[in-house]
Amino acid sequence: MEESELKKIQYNCKKATFLIEKKQIGQISVREKLELQIHLAGCSVCRIFEQQSKIINRMVHDLFHEPKPNDDMKLDDKFKKELQHLIEEKLNKH
Amino acid sequence: MAELKMHIENSQAEANTGRTCAPQEWVNKYADYLYGYAIIRISDEEMARDLVQDTFLAALEKVEKFEGRSSEITWLTAILKNKITDIYRKKSSGLLKRQETSTEEQNPDDFFEVDDGHWKVAYQPQAFGLETYNPLMGKEFNNILKRCMQKLPSLWLAVFTMKHMDEETTEAICSKLKVTSSNYWVIIHRAKVSLRACLQKNWI
Repeated sequence: MEESELKKIQYNCKKATFLIEKKQIGQISVREKLELQIHLAGCSVCRIFEQQSKIINRMVHDLFHEPKPNDDMKLDDKFKKELQHLIEEKLNKH
Repeated sequence: MAELKMHIENSQAEANTGRTCAPQEWVNKYADYLYGYAIIRISDEEMARDLVQDTFLAALEKVEKFEGRSSEITWLTAILKNKITDIYRKKSSGLLKRQETSTEEQNPDDFFEVDDGHWKVAYQPQAFGLETYNPLMGKEFNNILKRCMQKLPSLWLAVFTMKHMDEETTEAICSKLKVTSSNYWVIIHRAKVSLRACLQKNWI
């Protein structure tokens, strides 16, 4: 990131949200951290974005790591039968 | 998934008596799990079914090589995962060229003002109940979340799921999908901004 861009971040929500994302899953420099803090201190919209962004990460993670029984993620019986048939056929060939 | 837990426990029980491979039981035991694993990552029912089938067939070919170092389900999931990555790669190689010509600033549906990077008023995030973690937000919210994820361009979805579901490293994702590190961060950012906006629009 160029120096001039860093100066602008105080007023730049696009850069701030970029850094919010980068900070969550990677690393940002000390300088970037400071700039982000200054931005967030003065920008309530980006503060909301940051809160929601963190929650979204957790919800997405939960979605597959602690899934609840979900009927629309099941294969239909007809397809399963065909698949079973196919596997048995292959097994018998060997 | 309680069922999966059972599978894992079963597999662990097998481990004590020497791990075996029982392809006759695969469909019954693992088909739904593998399908769920695929559908959430590629959002195409037809393709997800094909992938489950391909996974079983590929596993059958290699069944002699199954040494029982991992459980059956772990082994099958690894095969499926490789197949999904192949699809991501194919999709992304077709998409990359187009995306490189349209840099973020030129994107028409950008959420930010081009000149100063402020949120466009219409896209400003608002509080809508997603500010604190609530694991009980429920099935309705999860369905919206899934639908919104499926609206992401396929390369973005690939990057997003590999990072947030599979918890792969940035380096691994960049090399598997052949995206540059800077493009990766742009995608991570844009995917989240889009996904958040979609959730706000559909949840309120």
